[in-house]
Amino acid sequence: MMSWNEIIGIIIICLGVLFDVFGCLGLLRLPDVYNRLQAGTKCITFGTCGILFGIFFTTGFSNMGIKALLGIPFVLLTSPVGAHALARGAHIFGVKLWKESVVDHYKKDRGDKPRL
Amino acid sequence: MNIIIEILQYCFYILLGCCFACLIRAWLGKSVPDRMVAIDIMGTLAVGITAILALMSNRAFLLDVALAWIFLSFLGTLALAKYLAHKTLDE
Repeated sequence: MMSWNEIIGIIIICLGVLFDVFGCLGLLRLPDVYNRLQAGTKCITFGTCGILFGIFFTTGFSNMGIKALLGIPFVLLTSPVGAHALARGAHIFGVKLWKESVVDHYKKDRGDKPRL
Repeated sequence: MNIIIEILQYCFYILLGCCFACLIRAWLGKSVPDRMVAIDIMGTLAVGITAILALMSNRAFLLDVALAWIFLSFLGTLALAKYLAHKTLDE
């Protein structure tokens, strides 16, 4: 017989996997580097945090649960910073926006300066 | 207890499929940053796969592997982004 924390933990893990699937779908289908970055990074960061939180919920304050709980702020800190650096690098590298994108504030801020 | 391991096995296969989708993006991507984004996201997916393996086989040291993987993936992404922006790695 399963206990309640195992059932709720499995449900949270399945939600995390669902978010990962949607992130990968966005990574395959969206038209631009920046669109793919925002789809992939937001969905997959939340999905991985969901998996780790489900493990914490399943095992409680045990040897595994503490490590999983420790992993959540690390994922939340490192993954968006890496994605932001990649977006800045792609903009400086000279990747054009999609033809139906309407606004580009970073280009206006950076002016017409050449490559840094 | 048995049905939990069965559900976790399905989650593991689904995440392997997601990694395969990232490989397809890295293969098809028209520009260089596309491939880098795909590799970065595959690193974050691998953390989830390692965590599910840890719960499935009930071994706690696999979560240590996941914690190390987060930082190595982050450092690799920063190095790739710096190479994109400045075309050199030494500065």
